[in-house]
Amino acid sequence: MWKNVFTPNKDIAKPLYTGAGIATFILLLLFWSILSYGGFVNPLFLPAPDKIVKSAVTMFQSGEIWTDIGISFSRVALGFILAAVIGVPLGMLMGSLRVMQGAFEPIIGFIRYMPASAFIPLLILWIGLGEGEKMAVIFLGTFFQLTLMVMDVTKNIQNELIEVSYTLGAKSFQLFKRVILPASLPGIVDTLRITFGWAWTYLVVAELVGASDGLGFMIMQASRFLKPDKIIVGILIIGVLGLIMDLIFKAIYRASFSWMRKEGS
Amino acid sequence: MTTTPKLVIDNVGKVFSTKSGQVVALDRTSFSVEEGEFVTILGPSGCGKSTILRVVAGLEEPSSGHVYLDGKEIKGPGPDRGMVFQSYTLYPWLSVKDNITFGLDLKGVPKKQQDEIAFHYLDLIGLKGFDKHYPIQLSGGMKQRVAIARALANDPQILLMDEPFGALDAQTRTIMQEILLKVWEESKKTILFITHDVEESIFLGDSIYVMTARPGRLKKNIKVPLPRPRDYQNKHSEDFLALKLELLDLIREESLKAVNP
Repeated sequence: MWKNVFTPNKDIAKPLYTGAGIATFILLLLFWSILSYGGFVNPLFLPAPDKIVKSAVTMFQSGEIWTDIGISFSRVALGFILAAVIGVPLGMLMGSLRVMQGAFEPIIGFIRYMPASAFIPLLILWIGLGEGEKMAVIFLGTFFQLTLMVMDVTKNIQNELIEVSYTLGAKSFQLFKRVILPASLPGIVDTLRITFGWAWTYLVVAELVGASDGLGFMIMQASRFLKPDKIIVGILIIGVLGLIMDLIFKAIYRASFSWMRKEGS
Repeated sequence: MTTTPKLVIDNVGKVFSTKSGQVVALDRTSFSVEEGEFVTILGPSGCGKSTILRVVAGLEEPSSGHVYLDGKEIKGPGPDRGMVFQSYTLYPWLSVKDNITFGLDLKGVPKKQQDEIAFHYLDLIGLKGFDKHYPIQLSGGMKQRVAIARALANDPQILLMDEPFGALDAQTRTIMQEILLKVWEESKKTILFITHDVEESIFLGDSIYVMTARPGRLKKNIKVPLPRPRDYQNKHSEDFLALKLELLDLIREESLKAVNP
């Protein structure tokens, strides 16, 4: 059971692996409990674990949190879908046509270093405080990275795979549809999974400034009314939502690309 | 009676521009391949033998000279010249059968006919019953057999093979050579085959072109005196061994030059 625990790169027993993960969670919870129940910190700043659970229960029972979750989720989804709908085809073209890479890589490479949150004041001036502004922040935060990552995925297709397709008679359009797209699809799905996680980060940024609903707004309000328990519940909800989306993407990946696994479908 | 050769390589040369100047990968080279002939090109590594093949495939433009297939000049890649690479190039997302019919599907050949052709070649390469497998489930030798079947299913005028068995272990390679000869005898295709393996060049070829080290040039053309059909026992015949010694000498000279230029 304890074999190889401290040997680099060696596999260990499965229960030991899972147990290590659970132990870390418990340690963190224990540390928190000591701090709060032991009276080392002011409950105004860090409420005790049971207080958080109670707040979460009341928040879900009263139901208003569901509206915030729904609004936040639709903002993330719409902003992100817009970024993906433009970014994925553009990234694929940049990865396969040198002229597209030459045209777009310098500018995208430059803009992606400008923090999306710094655009918020400008976006508010341009499009106001409505839904458009929230989506625009999420779009700006994910689009450029996503496009460059898709470009890399497409560029990394084995060159011989393209060449052999030419010798089998593929023309440019057929090459895109039948070789470049399926070859880069697993990498694209993985890129979407990673960038969707970032989209959540920008959502909170967008909702902290000039929003009147959503999870970010709820967190901001809780801060104003000195309710740290509600802040923590809000943060946990965002974390759980992100985790669920991650698992969904992974499930899609597994279901769609069975040809990548030795045992087949 | 004079017939035009199947493939004519006329004064083909290739120069690459690098930061440190121009590198001659292939000196002006001319030779021709007859219809149905199995020609092997033997050379040390880095002698530009792959460059010849890539020019014939249309994947690389020659710096000088021309290539003609059936009297028509080659301008770019096309389905009339099938290619098998050393690296594995099967489409991992397609089943073995769909890999084989990839070219046929591009051409719009009816499904029923595609199936017939696919099963014919599956049988020929000894992979009957593997039609629904995916490339990841195949061994290296199996993958290369499917790659050969995929190229042949397209019914090309010539099959170009760039060290297709180079990544396989010695035992598998021998078996693959025999399978390839069987396939060639059945399909009667013209084959241009690149290798650095002396035995392979003799066992497979009707005619061997030996190349010099960089810059690549044809050093010698040798007709292989072995009878057809051949099997692995031919590798022990006197003719085979004599030719092998001669070629080993030639290739050793060139390899030494490549190592100590």
